[in-house]
Amino acid sequence: MALDAPDSKAELDARFTELYRRHVRDVYTYSYYRIGNHHDAEDITEQTFLQAYRHFERALRESDGRPLRPWLIRIAHNLAANFYRDRSRKPESAIEDAGLISAPHTTEALVEGREELKSILEGVAQLPDDRRNALIMRFALGMDNREIARALDRTDGATKVLLHRAIRQLEEMVSEPSTTPGDDT
Amino acid sequence: MSSGSTDFEALLREALSPIDPPEGLTARMEMTLVNLTELAQDELEAWELATMRDPRNWARPAAAVFIGAGAGTALVVLRVRSRHRARRQQSSNLRELARRTFQDFAEEARRVLPDR
Repeated sequence: MALDAPDSKAELDARFTELYRRHVRDVYTYSYYRIGNHHDAEDITEQTFLQAYRHFERALRESDGRPLRPWLIRIAHNLAANFYRDRSRKPESAIEDAGLISAPHTTEALVEGREELKSILEGVAQLPDDRRNALIMRFALGMDNREIARALDRTDGATKVLLHRAIRQLEEMVSEPSTTPGDDT
Repeated sequence: MSSGSTDFEALLREALSPIDPPEGLTARMEMTLVNLTELAQDELEAWELATMRDPRNWARPAAAVFIGAGAGTALVVLRVRSRHRARRQQSSNLRELARRTFQDFAEEARRVLPDR
């Protein structure tokens, strides 16, 4: 019965609201580190939740009780990939934008004056896509291997290897800034 | 894992600190959801007046309600619920309220469905 739907859907809406509140920072953080500027990160975040809203019921059904954060981040991940494909852009350095934004974003303030952190961010921006994305998920969002594996559609084992290689490559890049990125695959 | 790696990971965690979204983002998000459903308001009302006089077209909103039970329903329900109180005040009896609510569902479902 169509008229019975609102009662059950009320809970669906409430759960979506909860999902939004709980993960909007994750989605925004991921988008920002992927795209490198706040304006486009906002767009990606907005589009992510719109898509999530449209497919939320099915996602809940198929999640089988598992957390929905990897699904959400995967939407943002795909949108960011489309963003580059559509505009033929490469990621901006996350730090490049920092000087232009004044107050509310804590990362810029944190990194300001910390050369080691700056070089790490610059190194992250130069990593191959899959490694950079995995590092953002792990260190910016605090996702575990299983969550990252689900977001990137990989096995847990492949994700563990990916993260290990990403950290190793970044460490080499930071200690030897002239190293050509992406050459150790 | 060596302490060098651990130190580096700590630095990495510090460099990649989570970023709070701008305060305006939530308001913008809500506006976007509302706009999405408001967009075709005028066109729909005109369509409804013209179309509902012809019984051959009654299947369309009915089908929309049926299909709307799928993934897009959250948007539909959100809008219908937001208008339900006003409908209750406008309606003289339960049958009238049911008819108005059903119409709301048909409108909102049709609004959401075309881009799926």
